[in-house]
Amino acid sequence: MSEPEEEARRDAALERLTLTSPYHRFIGVGFTRMGDELTGRLAYSGHLIGNPAIPALHGGVTGALLEITALMQLAWDDLWRRMEAGEAAGEGPPRLPKTIDLTIDYLRSGRPRDVFARATVLKAGRRVSNVRIEAWQDARGRPIAAAHGHFLMPDG
Amino acid sequence: MEDAAEAPKRRKRSPFELFPHASALGMTLETLADGRLVAAVPYDERLIGDPATGVIHGGVVTTILDTGCGLAAVMKLSGKAGVATLDLRIDYMRPSKPGYPIRATCECYRLTRSVAFCRGVAWDEAEEDPVASATGAFMITKLGWTE
Repeated sequence: MSEPEEEARRDAALERLTLTSPYHRFIGVGFTRMGDELTGRLAYSGHLIGNPAIPALHGGVTGALLEITALMQLAWDDLWRRMEAGEAAGEGPPRLPKTIDLTIDYLRSGRPRDVFARATVLKAGRRVSNVRIEAWQDARGRPIAAAHGHFLMPDG
Repeated sequence: MEDAAEAPKRRKRSPFELFPHASALGMTLETLADGRLVAAVPYDERLIGDPATGVIHGGVVTTILDTGCGLAAVMKLSGKAGVATLDLRIDYMRPSKPGYPIRATCECYRLTRSVAFCRGVAWDEAEEDPVASATGAFMITKLGWTE
Protein backbone atom coordinates (compact mmCIF):
# COMPACT_ATOMS: atom_id res chain seq x y z
CA MET A 1 0.00 0.00 0.00
CA SER A 2 1.36 3.47 -0.85
CA GLU A 3 1.92 6.02 1.92
CA PRO A 4 -1.13 8.20 1.04
CA GLU A 5 -3.28 5.05 0.88
CA GLU A 6 -1.94 3.95 4.25
CA GLU A 7 -2.77 7.34 5.78
CA ALA A 8 -6.27 7.34 4.23
CA ARG A 9 -6.85 3.87 5.67
CA ARG A 10 -5.75 5.04 9.12
CA ASP A 11 -8.00 8.12 8.94
CA ALA A 12 -10.98 5.99 7.87
CA ALA A 13 -10.33 3.58 10.75
CA LEU A 14 -10.18 6.50 13.20
CA GLU A 15 -13.48 7.88 11.89
CA ARG A 16 -15.18 4.51 12.25
CA LEU A 17 -13.85 4.20 15.79
CA THR A 18 -14.78 7.68 17.02
CA LEU A 19 -18.03 8.41 15.19
CA THR A 20 -19.96 5.21 15.91
CA SER A 21 -21.06 6.32 19.40
CA PRO A 22 -24.31 8.33 19.39
CA TYR A 23 -23.22 10.00 22.66
CA HIS A 24 -20.04 11.34 20.99
CA ARG A 25 -22.29 13.06 18.45
CA PHE A 26 -24.71 14.22 21.17
CA ILE A 27 -22.04 16.18 23.04
CA GLY A 28 -20.03 16.97 19.88
CA VAL A 29 -16.67 15.29 20.49
CA GLY A 30 -14.31 14.41 17.65
CA PHE A 31 -10.67 13.38 17.28
CA THR A 32 -7.67 14.35 15.22
CA ARG A 33 -4.43 12.44 15.22
CA MET A 34 -0.73 13.01 14.81
CA GLY A 35 0.72 9.58 14.16
CA ASP A 36 -0.55 7.43 16.99
CA GLU A 37 -1.47 10.30 19.34
CA LEU A 38 -5.08 11.46 19.46
CA THR A 39 -6.40 14.85 20.50
CA GLY A 40 -10.06 15.08 21.44
CA ARG A 41 -12.01 18.23 20.72
CA LEU A 42 -15.33 18.98 22.36
CA ALA A 43 -16.97 21.61 20.14
CA TYR A 44 -18.74 24.22 22.25
CA SER A 45 -22.51 24.24 22.16
CA GLY A 46 -25.02 25.99 24.44
CA HIS A 47 -26.51 22.74 25.74
CA LEU A 48 -23.15 21.79 27.35
CA ILE A 49 -23.51 24.54 29.96
CA GLY A 50 -24.00 23.28 33.50
CA ASN A 51 -24.38 26.49 35.45
CA PRO A 52 -25.67 29.40 33.35
CA ALA A 53 -24.94 31.96 36.12
CA ILE A 54 -21.16 31.72 35.65
CA PRO A 55 -21.49 30.45 32.81
CA ALA A 56 -19.51 27.21 33.01
CA LEU A 57 -19.47 23.92 31.15
CA HIS A 58 -21.09 21.05 33.05
CA GLY A 59 -18.45 19.13 35.00
CA GLY A 60 -20.05 15.90 33.84
CA VAL A 61 -19.40 16.82 30.21
CA THR A 62 -15.76 17.64 30.95
CA GLY A 63 -15.55 14.29 32.76
CA ALA A 64 -17.15 12.58 29.77
CA LEU A 65 -14.57 14.14 27.41
CA LEU A 66 -11.74 12.85 29.64
CA GLU A 67 -13.21 9.34 29.78
CA ILE A 68 -13.90 9.26 26.03
CA THR A 69 -10.35 10.45 25.26
CA ALA A 70 -8.89 7.63 27.38
CA LEU A 71 -11.14 5.01 25.79
CA MET A 72 -10.43 6.23 22.26
CA GLN A 73 -6.65 6.36 22.81
CA LEU A 74 -6.66 2.78 24.17
CA ALA A 75 -8.88 1.51 21.35
CA TRP A 76 -6.80 3.40 18.79
CA ASP A 77 -3.53 1.92 20.13
CA ASP A 78 -5.10 -1.54 19.75
CA LEU A 79 -6.30 -0.77 16.21
CA TRP A 80 -2.94 0.73 15.27
CA ARG A 81 -1.04 -2.36 16.42
CA ARG A 82 -3.36 -4.61 14.47
CA MET A 83 -3.12 -2.45 11.33
CA GLU A 84 0.68 -2.37 11.60
CA ALA A 85 0.60 -6.16 11.87
CA GLY A 86 -1.22 -6.21 8.54
CA GLU A 87 -4.64 -7.13 9.89
CA ALA A 88 -7.70 -5.70 8.18
CA ALA A 89 -8.45 -4.02 11.52
CA GLY A 90 -11.02 -1.30 11.83
CA GLU A 91 -13.43 -2.85 9.39
CA GLY A 92 -15.45 -4.73 11.99
CA PRO A 93 -17.11 -3.17 15.04
CA PRO A 94 -14.61 -1.32 17.28
CA ARG A 95 -13.24 -3.23 20.28
CA LEU A 96 -13.71 -0.93 23.25
CA PRO A 97 -12.17 -1.18 26.72
CA LYS A 98 -14.50 -0.78 29.72
CA THR A 99 -14.01 1.84 32.40
CA ILE A 100 -13.32 0.31 35.83
CA ASP A 101 -12.83 3.60 37.68
CA LEU A 102 -12.15 7.22 36.91
CA THR A 103 -11.01 10.00 39.25
CA ILE A 104 -11.51 13.51 37.95
CA ASP A 105 -9.84 16.62 39.39
CA TYR A 106 -11.47 19.89 38.42
CA LEU A 107 -8.82 22.59 38.21
CA ARG A 108 -10.54 25.58 36.62
CA SER A 109 -14.09 26.24 35.54
CA GLY A 110 -14.77 25.35 31.91
CA ARG A 111 -15.53 28.46 29.87
CA PRO A 112 -18.14 28.48 27.11
CA ARG A 113 -15.72 27.53 24.34
CA ASP A 114 -14.07 24.41 22.85
CA VAL A 115 -12.21 21.95 25.09
CA PHE A 116 -9.28 19.76 24.03
CA ALA A 117 -8.00 16.60 25.68
CA ARG A 118 -5.11 14.17 25.42
CA ALA A 119 -4.51 10.86 27.16
CA THR A 120 -1.25 9.25 28.25
CA VAL A 121 -1.29 5.50 28.67
CA LEU A 122 0.94 4.98 31.72
CA LYS A 123 0.59 1.24 31.59
CA ALA A 124 -0.85 -0.73 28.71
CA GLY A 125 -1.65 -4.01 30.42
CA ARG A 126 -3.00 -7.18 28.93
CA ARG A 127 -6.05 -7.06 31.23
CA VAL A 128 -6.01 -3.57 32.73
CA SER A 129 -4.57 -0.28 31.52
CA ASN A 130 -3.84 2.84 33.56
CA VAL A 131 -4.39 6.16 31.79
CA ARG A 132 -3.93 9.84 32.66
CA ILE A 133 -5.90 12.45 30.79
CA GLU A 134 -5.79 16.25 30.72
CA ALA A 135 -8.27 18.73 29.29
CA TRP A 136 -7.56 22.36 28.42
CA GLN A 137 -9.10 25.29 26.60
CA ASP A 138 -6.95 28.31 25.72
CA ALA A 139 -3.60 27.07 26.93
CA ARG A 140 -2.18 23.56 27.16
CA GLY A 141 -0.30 24.63 30.29
CA ARG A 142 -3.49 25.69 32.08
CA PRO A 143 -5.58 22.50 32.19
CA ILE A 144 -9.22 22.84 33.29
CA ALA A 145 -9.40 19.21 34.43
CA ALA A 146 -7.25 16.11 34.80
CA ALA A 147 -8.19 12.51 35.44
CA HIS A 148 -6.73 9.07 35.90
CA GLY A 149 -8.48 5.81 35.49
CA HIS A 150 -8.28 2.04 35.10
CA PHE A 151 -9.74 0.35 32.05
CA LEU A 152 -10.52 -3.31 31.43
CA MET A 153 -9.09 -4.30 28.04
CA PRO A 154 -11.32 -6.03 25.43
CA ASP A 155 -9.57 -9.38 25.74
CA GLY A 156 -8.98 -9.03 29.49
CA MET B 1 -49.33 26.71 23.63
CA GLU B 2 -48.41 25.82 27.19
CA ASP B 3 -51.20 25.14 29.63
CA ALA B 4 -50.72 27.81 32.32
CA ALA B 5 -52.15 25.55 35.03
CA GLU B 6 -49.54 22.89 34.24
CA ALA B 7 -46.51 25.15 34.34
CA PRO B 8 -46.02 25.60 38.12
CA LYS B 9 -46.35 21.86 38.67
CA ARG B 10 -43.69 21.11 36.08
CA ARG B 11 -41.34 23.69 37.57
CA LYS B 12 -41.64 22.00 40.93
CA ARG B 13 -40.89 18.60 39.42
CA SER B 14 -37.85 19.68 37.46
CA PRO B 15 -35.45 22.09 39.15
CA PHE B 16 -33.13 21.58 36.18
CA GLU B 17 -35.01 23.56 33.54
CA LEU B 18 -32.71 26.57 34.04
CA PHE B 19 -29.65 24.35 33.62
CA PRO B 20 -28.99 23.70 29.93
CA HIS B 21 -27.10 20.40 30.03
CA ALA B 22 -29.31 18.74 32.67
CA SER B 23 -32.31 19.82 30.57
CA ALA B 24 -30.73 18.46 27.37
CA LEU B 25 -30.44 15.07 29.10
CA GLY B 26 -34.09 15.29 30.26
CA MET B 27 -32.94 15.09 33.88
CA THR B 28 -35.60 15.14 36.58
CA LEU B 29 -35.62 15.05 40.36
CA GLU B 30 -37.71 12.17 41.62
CA THR B 31 -37.73 12.14 45.39
CA LEU B 32 -36.33 14.29 48.12
CA ALA B 33 -36.19 13.10 51.75
CA ASP B 34 -33.71 12.93 54.66
CA GLY B 35 -31.19 15.04 52.72
CA ARG B 36 -31.09 12.39 50.00
CA LEU B 37 -32.24 12.90 46.47
CA VAL B 38 -32.82 10.80 43.40
CA ALA B 39 -32.09 12.30 40.00
CA ALA B 40 -33.10 10.47 36.82
CA VAL B 41 -32.19 10.59 33.14
CA PRO B 42 -34.60 8.74 30.83
CA TYR B 43 -33.25 6.14 28.41
CA ASP B 44 -32.50 7.94 25.14
CA GLU B 45 -30.87 6.47 22.02
CA ARG B 46 -28.84 9.67 21.56
CA LEU B 47 -26.99 8.85 24.81
CA ILE B 48 -25.86 5.35 23.81
CA GLY B 49 -22.11 4.74 24.09
CA ASP B 50 -21.69 1.56 22.07
CA PRO B 51 -24.42 0.95 19.47
CA ALA B 52 -23.62 -2.79 19.51
CA THR B 53 -24.97 -3.07 23.08
CA GLY B 54 -27.35 -0.09 23.44
CA VAL B 55 -25.77 0.73 26.81
CA ILE B 56 -25.87 4.41 27.86
CA HIS B 57 -22.42 6.08 27.82
CA GLY B 58 -20.47 6.38 31.07
CA GLY B 59 -20.33 10.14 30.51
CA VAL B 60 -24.05 10.30 31.32
CA VAL B 61 -23.43 8.36 34.55
CA THR B 62 -20.66 10.83 35.49
CA THR B 63 -22.95 13.75 34.69
CA ILE B 64 -25.92 12.54 36.75
CA LEU B 65 -23.68 11.70 39.73
CA ASP B 66 -21.91 15.08 39.56
CA THR B 67 -25.25 16.89 39.31
CA GLY B 68 -26.91 14.83 42.05
CA CYS B 69 -23.99 15.14 44.49
CA GLY B 70 -23.64 18.90 43.84
CA LEU B 71 -27.36 19.43 44.32
CA ALA B 72 -27.34 17.40 47.55
CA ALA B 73 -24.63 19.77 48.85
CA VAL B 74 -26.57 22.88 47.81
CA MET B 75 -29.66 21.51 49.54
CA LYS B 76 -27.70 20.87 52.74
CA LEU B 77 -26.49 24.49 52.50
CA SER B 78 -30.17 25.49 52.22
CA GLY B 79 -29.44 27.05 48.83
CA LYS B 80 -27.48 29.91 50.51
CA ALA B 81 -24.25 29.03 48.72
CA GLY B 82 -23.18 27.31 45.55
CA VAL B 83 -20.70 24.49 45.02
CA ALA B 84 -18.03 23.67 42.47
CA THR B 85 -16.76 20.13 41.98
CA LEU B 86 -13.20 19.70 43.28
CA ASP B 87 -12.93 16.02 42.48
CA LEU B 88 -15.16 13.12 41.65
CA ARG B 89 -14.27 9.43 41.68
CA ILE B 90 -16.53 7.04 39.81
CA ASP B 91 -16.39 3.24 40.17
CA TYR B 92 -18.22 1.30 37.50
CA MET B 93 -19.66 -1.99 38.74
CA ARG B 94 -21.47 -3.09 35.60
CA PRO B 95 -22.99 -1.72 32.38
CA SER B 96 -26.48 -0.26 32.73
CA LYS B 97 -29.42 -2.13 31.19
CA PRO B 98 -30.68 -0.80 27.86
CA GLY B 99 -34.19 0.64 28.06
CA TYR B 100 -34.02 1.70 31.71
CA PRO B 101 -33.61 5.25 32.97
CA ILE B 102 -30.39 5.94 34.88
CA ARG B 103 -31.10 7.04 38.43
CA ALA B 104 -28.67 8.47 40.96
CA THR B 105 -29.27 8.50 44.71
CA CYS B 106 -27.03 11.15 46.25
CA GLU B 107 -26.33 12.67 49.63
CA CYS B 108 -24.02 15.19 51.21
CA TYR B 109 -22.69 13.38 54.29
CA ARG B 110 -20.45 16.10 55.70
CA LEU B 111 -20.18 19.87 55.45
CA THR B 112 -17.16 21.85 56.64
CA ARG B 113 -16.62 25.60 56.31
CA SER B 114 -15.22 25.30 52.79
CA VAL B 115 -15.86 21.78 51.58
CA ALA B 116 -18.91 19.55 51.08
CA PHE B 117 -18.30 15.78 51.01
CA CYS B 118 -20.82 13.83 48.96
CA ARG B 119 -21.49 10.34 47.71
CA GLY B 120 -23.92 8.71 45.37
CA VAL B 121 -24.85 5.54 43.55
CA ALA B 122 -26.18 5.20 40.01
CA TRP B 123 -28.63 2.39 39.27
CA ASP B 124 -31.24 1.24 36.79
CA GLU B 125 -33.60 -1.40 38.25
CA ALA B 126 -32.79 -1.39 41.96
CA GLU B 127 -30.59 0.80 44.13
CA GLU B 128 -29.19 -2.36 45.79
CA ASP B 129 -27.72 -3.45 42.44
CA PRO B 130 -25.78 -0.32 41.44
CA VAL B 131 -24.27 0.47 38.05
CA ALA B 132 -21.69 2.84 39.55
CA SER B 133 -20.82 4.64 42.74
CA ALA B 134 -19.23 8.03 43.27
CA THR B 135 -17.56 10.06 45.96
CA GLY B 136 -16.85 13.72 45.50
CA ALA B 137 -15.54 16.78 47.27
CA PHE B 138 -17.14 20.10 46.40
CA MET B 139 -15.83 23.60 47.20
CA ILE B 140 -18.47 25.78 48.82
CA THR B 141 -18.70 29.02 46.90
CA LYS B 142 -20.59 32.26 47.13
CA LEU B 143 -23.57 32.40 44.82
CA GLY B 144 -22.44 33.69 41.43
CA TRP B 145 -18.83 32.57 42.00
CA THR B 146 -16.62 32.53 38.93
CA GLU B 147 -13.35 30.75 39.70
